Amino acid sequence: MTALAEPIATHIPAGDWEIDPVWSALEFEVRKLGLVAIKGRVPGFTGHIVGGAEPAISGTVDATTITTFDETRDGHLQAPDFFDTARHPELRFESTSVSSDADELVARGNLTIKGVTRPIELRGSFAGSDQDPWGNERIGLELTGTVDRTAFGLEWNAPLPGGGFLLPNDVVLKATFAAIRKS
Amino acid sequence: MRLLALSGSLRVQSLNSAVARAAAELAPPGVDIEVFDGLAEVPLYDAGLDVPGGEPAGVRHLRERIAAADGLLLVTPEYNGSVSGVLKNAIDWASRPPSGGAPLWGKTAAVAGATTGQYGALWAQQDLRRILGIAGARVIEGNLPIARAETAFDERGSLRDPLVAERLRAHVEALVHEASVPLAA
Repeated sequence: MTALAEPIATHIPAGDWEIDPVWSALEFEVRKLGLVAIKGRVPGFTGHIVGGAEPAISGTVDATTITTFDETRDGHLQAPDFFDTARHPELRFESTSVSSDADELVARGNLTIKGVTRPIELRGSFAGSDQDPWGNERIGLELTGTVDRTAFGLEWNAPLPGGGFLLPNDVVLKATFAAIRKS
Repeated sequence: MRLLALSGSLRVQSLNSAVARAAAELAPPGVDIEVFDGLAEVPLYDAGLDVPGGEPAGVRHLRERIAAADGLLLVTPEYNGSVSGVLKNAIDWASRPPSGGAPLWGKTAAVAGATTGQYGALWAQQDLRRILGIAGARVIEGNLPIARAETAFDERGSLRDPLVAERLRAHVEALVHEASVPLAA
């Protein structure tokens, strides 16, 4: 039996970093019929990354901006059957640990959707840092994870003629973050 | 609080309309239930008629009353195992335009149904819940199937069955409770 390795430090440079929504993307995928990935995007979010010895990632999402690029479907997604944005307009993520696992960046934390908070794990990579043309120091990172939507009370589904259901429970989350140094 | 009751039957002696009127009579203090009486003036849904500001008068009336209500009680008969066309048509009009702009979107709603048979429009209510959910409404838990409804009402259409009255009262109270939950700031 081997002891669990201590999480090793990430390469995120020390300091506070503010996520730039214009250079970033929050996306999700749901595989309808098990065949086709329906993709959605959430343009309205803010977030914060801390680098260095105690790295952290946190963010807030405006659920009313969720779109799958279809007005009727988006109306249903924001309704009580799904996100219930009238009562729960905000989604939140707060990391409990951010570490490296070999080449991977691993962020564990609590995700709150529809007032329900559950732990999730996101994995991805830190892409490095550089100066942009306007004098900002930027970092880039990507994270992906899978969540069970029914754990957050998003349980709507429709039966299929051959048995089974239209929507899977698993939803893939994909985050691409660019952040600007604040300190 | 103002609730709006819609009956999916146009028949003058309709048992479903009688349920809607009975609900209005036993509404708790501080709750006013208006029984909508204009569904016969709502034409069959036609996207060509659904012009902003130029919709048919009966449609405008329906949309205005739904928009003004804090919650809805929809009472449906069961035709061929589902919701009456009258009620489905009203929902179709009230669910436009989609994506948050419709009177039905986010509206708290309860379903009920009456039949002379022994099932009390249960299948119709199950379909009604699904339809309302897709239209964006907040449908409260629980159906209210009223079976053999002709025995529950007297010849003037007044509810005389105390057990049905108690179930209806509890259903309306559940609707009021859910419609009272404040939205996020």
